[in-house]
Amino acid sequence: MNFRDFDFVKNRKRFFSLSITITVLGLLALLIFNLNYGVDFKSGTTLDVLLGEHSTTKEKAEQIIQEAGLEASTITVGGDSNNRVNARFEEVLKEDERIQIISGFEKEYGQEEISYEENTVDAEIAKELGLKAIYAVAIASIGIIIYVSIRFEWRFALTAVVALLHDAFIVISIFSIFQLEVNLPFVAAILTIIGYSINDTIVIFDRIRENLQKFKIKDFDDLSSMVNTSIRQTLTRSINTALTVVFAAFCLFIFGSESIKLFSLAILIGLISGAYSSIFIASQLWLILKSKSLKKKKTEVLNS
Amino acid sequence: MVWTSPGIINNVKLGLDLKGGFEILYTAEPVDESQVMDKELLREAARSLQFRADARGISEPEIYPEGEDRIRVRIAGVENQEEVRQIMKKPAELTFRSNDGCEDPNEFCKIELNGSDFVEGAATVVFEQTTNEPLVSIKVKDKGKFKDLTKKLYDKGYRTPGNILAIYLDEELISTPYVQGVFSDGNATISGQETFEEAEELAGIINLGALPVKLTEKYTQSVGASLGELSLQQTITAGIIGFIIILIFMLGFYRIPGIIACITLTVYTWMLLLVFYWMNATLTLPGIAAFVLGIGMAVDANIITYERIREEIRSGKSILSSLRAGSRSSLRTIMDANITTILAGLVLYYIGTGSIQGFALTLILSILVSIITNVFFSRLLLHLLIRANIVKKPVYYGVKEADISEL
Repeated sequence: MNFRDFDFVKNRKRFFSLSITITVLGLLALLIFNLNYGVDFKSGTTLDVLLGEHSTTKEKAEQIIQEAGLEASTITVGGDSNNRVNARFEEVLKEDERIQIISGFEKEYGQEEISYEENTVDAEIAKELGLKAIYAVAIASIGIIIYVSIRFEWRFALTAVVALLHDAFIVISIFSIFQLEVNLPFVAAILTIIGYSINDTIVIFDRIRENLQKFKIKDFDDLSSMVNTSIRQTLTRSINTALTVVFAAFCLFIFGSESIKLFSLAILIGLISGAYSSIFIASQLWLILKSKSLKKKKTEVLNS
Repeated sequence: MVWTSPGIINNVKLGLDLKGGFEILYTAEPVDESQVMDKELLREAARSLQFRADARGISEPEIYPEGEDRIRVRIAGVENQEEVRQIMKKPAELTFRSNDGCEDPNEFCKIELNGSDFVEGAATVVFEQTTNEPLVSIKVKDKGKFKDLTKKLYDKGYRTPGNILAIYLDEELISTPYVQGVFSDGNATISGQETFEEAEELAGIINLGALPVKLTEKYTQSVGASLGELSLQQTITAGIIGFIIILIFMLGFYRIPGIIACITLTVYTWMLLLVFYWMNATLTLPGIAAFVLGIGMAVDANIITYERIREEIRSGKSILSSLRAGSRSSLRTIMDANITTILAGLVLYYIGTGSIQGFALTLILSILVSIITNVFFSRLLLHLLIRANIVKKPVYYGVKEADISEL
C-alpha cells in the first residue's frame, strides 16, 4: 500500500489508542516502579581516600573497589600527585563495605599513610534542577500557546502543546517501563525532544493554515480531506527531516560512548515519537476541535 | 574555513563531563554563631554558590552538598582556576545600615537590610538620562519594609547624617548614599559611582547577596572527565559520521539544492563553533543535545524549502518562479517554527539553572546561526545558481519530468 493514499484522519482512533495505551502503561509503571533514578538524583555516599605519598590511577582505584565487591558510579583521581581518590556510590555505604574498601587501599599502600573521609551526598540540588525543568517547560508551554494563538489560532496552540507533552511523556513512560536509569542528561534529552516536537508540529500546522484559506470547507468531510491533503503535502518533508535527525541520534547511540548511550536513546525515542505525533496525533486533535466549531456554525444558520 | 576549523574545534572549551576540570571541597559553618548547620542551610549555601556561578558566567558547575557541612564544587577547565576560586570564595556579607539610634552621629550601627532582602539578580547598571552618570538600580523583595525604611530616613532631613543608608561589606564601608525620597514600589537607584566599572561592581556585590554560611576550602584538586577522555573522542566521531550521512542523504535526494545544503550546513556548523569560541562558552553533554537539535532544525529548514520548490516545479511553473514562490512560502513556515522554539529556549534560559541554561543558550544560538546560514545564505546561493542559468532541468531538483503537470 502506498503511504500517500493512507487516510490519516480516518485511522486516527487507532493512533490515539496506541498513544493512550503507552501513556497509561507509563503512568502505571511510574506509579508502581517510579523512574529508576541514577546517581545524580540519589543520596549516595562519597568516599575521599588520601594516600599520603603514594600516587594511584583511576584503573587501580577501580580495581581495589571492585575487589571489595562494590562498584562506584564515578571515580576521580586527583590531588597534587594523584594521591587522592574520590569515589561516588549510588547507595549509602554500609559500615562493613567501607571497611572492606579502606582495607583494600591499606593493603595496597600501607596502613599508616591512608586517611579517608566519608559523606552522604544530598541529591536535593539535582532534584531542584529537575523540578525547575518541569516548571520551565510549563511556562514555555504557556508562551508557545500565546505565540501560536497569535500567529495561528488557539486550537493549533493547544494541540501543539498536547503533542509536545505527549512526546515528552512517551519517553518518560518508556524509561519507566523498562526501568532505564535517569540522570541529569536525561533532563536535557527531554528538553531536546520538546524543541523538536514543537518545530515538527508547527510545520504541518502551517500547511493546514494555508490550506484552510484555499479549500472551501463546509462540513467534517471537507475538513478531514483538507487535513489529509496537508499531511500528504508535507509528508516527504516530515519523513526526510525525521530520518536525518534520527540518523544523527542513532549515530550517537551506536558510535557514541557508553556514558551517553542512554541519553542518545532518550533522544532517539523522543524524535521518533515527535515525528509520529505531528503526523498522526496533533493534526487529528486539531481536526476534532475545529469540527466542533463547524457544528456550531451550522446550528447558528438553522436558528437564524 | 577549512584552515580555521581544527583550531576552533581544539579551542572550544569543553565542559566538566567531557574534559574534566577541578574540584573544591568546602567546609561550611554558619556565619551567625547561634545558627546550627543543618541540611537546609547547607542547601541554601549550595544554591547561593550555584547562583553566583551562573551570575558570573562560570559554566555549569556541579555542586553537591555532602554530609553535614561539606559542599563539593566541580568546575570545568583548569586555566582560570585561581579566578574561579576567587569568585566562589565566601563573599563578604552585604548590609545596608543607618545611624538610627547610634551614639556617634557619623557611625552606622543599625542594620536595616541585608543581602537576602534584595531580589536575586535584579541589581543592574542603568544610566542617568541627562548626565549619563552610571546608577545602580536595585529591587527589594519587601516593598512595605523598604517604603517604611526610606520614609524614616527621608524624614530625618535630606543630606543630614540620619538620611544616609550606608552600604557595607562585612565591616567595610562601600558607599554612603542619601535617601532622596520615599520609595514605595520597592525599586531605587544608587548614584554616586564614578565609573561604569564601579557601578557594575556594586551591582554585582548586591546581586551576590549574603551567603548564610562561611566556606573554607578544605582542598582543591584537578579531576578527570566524568565521561572520560575516550568518550569525547567517540562522541565526536559519532557526530562526524552522522553529519556525513546527512550530507550524503541531502545530495542524493535533492541533487543541486542538495549541494547547496551541504555548503550551508557545513558553514552552519563551523559558524556555531566559532560563536562558541568567541563567547568563551563551554560545551557539555546537554550542549551537544542542543547541537543535535540545531542541526536537525537546520536540515529541516533546507528540506522545507526544497520540498516547496519541488512542489512548485511539479505544478508546472518555470524553475525561476518556482524558486521564488518556494522560497517565499517556506520562509514563513521556517520562521514560525524557529521563533516558537527560540521562545521555548528563552523561557528555559530564564527559569533554568546550570545545565538547563547551558542547553537553552546553545539552542537559541544554534537557531539564530541556522537562520543566517540555512535560510538567508542558502537562498542567496540558490538565486546565484538560477541567475547563472546553468541548471534548468527539473531533474536537477529531484523532480521527474513525468510528475510535472501542465499549466
